[in-house]
Amino acid sequence: MNSPISSSRIYAALIIMALTIYAVRVLPFLFLRKPIRNRFIRSFLFYVPYVTLAVMTFPAILTATAHPLAGLLALIAGLVMAWVRGDLFTVAVTCCAVVFIAGLF
Amino acid sequence: MLIMTKKTAASSNYTFLRGMRDGIPICLGYFAVSFALGIAGRNVGMNAMQAFVMSLTMVASAGQFAAITLIGAGAGAVEMITTTLIVNLRYLLMSCSLTQKLSPDTKFIHRLGLAYCMTDEIFGLSVSVDGFLRPVYTYGITFISVSGWCLGTVLGVIAGNILPALVTNALGVAMYGMFLAIIIPPAKKDHFIGLLVTISMAASGLFSILPYLRGISSGFRVIILTLVIAGAAAWLHPVEEDAEGPEKLSGPKGDSSRNLSETSLRNASENDIKKEEANR
Repeated sequence: MNSPISSSRIYAALIIMALTIYAVRVLPFLFLRKPIRNRFIRSFLFYVPYVTLAVMTFPAILTATAHPLAGLLALIAGLVMAWVRGDLFTVAVTCCAVVFIAGLF
Repeated sequence: MLIMTKKTAASSNYTFLRGMRDGIPICLGYFAVSFALGIAGRNVGMNAMQAFVMSLTMVASAGQFAAITLIGAGAGAVEMITTTLIVNLRYLLMSCSLTQKLSPDTKFIHRLGLAYCMTDEIFGLSVSVDGFLRPVYTYGITFISVSGWCLGTVLGVIAGNILPALVTNALGVAMYGMFLAIIIPPAKKDHFIGLLVTISMAASGLFSILPYLRGISSGFRVIILTLVIAGAAAWLHPVEEDAEGPEKLSGPKGDSSRNLSETSLRNASENDIKKEEANR
């Protein structure tokens, strides 16, 4: 169990991060009237989501459940379902179902 | 003049309702995923009100997931800002793209309003409209989607207490399933992205087991690996330059990652053709 964090500290953290996220979203709307020209920046921005999400998924998915094996099965099932179907809802539900079933044994 | 205003208002209402209708699938998906977010929030000691404020102000799946991790880890402000910037950097690209869909006489207030609405799914739907985007359409999608998002988060915190561990464990992986659904379909179409995803996961795995490296917090691990791997990828395999810029990212209805991947696929194949020509 984690040690409790003070409420004011959580709200301070939420304000900091919400403002940062909004800044990321609003800056192009404020300043960008023309497309980005720099090829390196465009390429970097293009690749960012794939790298970030991959790094966040593995190995964290293994420790997200009580048993690493259930997490591994969810990862495999998720990869397969994402490859075959690819829609957000189906893949998420598949991963949950696999962990649920694995938990029964 | 009065009649004109009434007509515009009626048309706006219709567009808003159409946005809400189109946003229903997003709302359902968000509900399931945010429920898991609520459970994750509860696990680091957040209450329902805090989770509600977080979901209402951030509206970012991976971003909030990172936020919860950072709060749980007791991270400092610098790490919070840097990680949040990196994890949400894709919204910068989406915002850039959506500015190209706005009519030149779009009011400034709508630029501020649309910025709030930038998520992968809402962007994907908004950018797929024909012609200029009417901001009220995006507001309609956002209204219903964010309702589901906030409700799911709050119920996750509350019902997470009631549900057995078997169920909460299961819902805990929903987020990762969603991430896979965002990165795998583009990886399937573009081998370079597939390679990138594989390298990223392998590197992340190594960072979690190797001595010294495993001491790095998960937040900074994301930052370091993203800067290094995406930077190297941009240097080794830059996307094709095209005159029309980011608005080319717009595509058929569906999630934005698929649109992104199609652009990349086109870019990659164009790149390969050019390379072959150069070799000859």
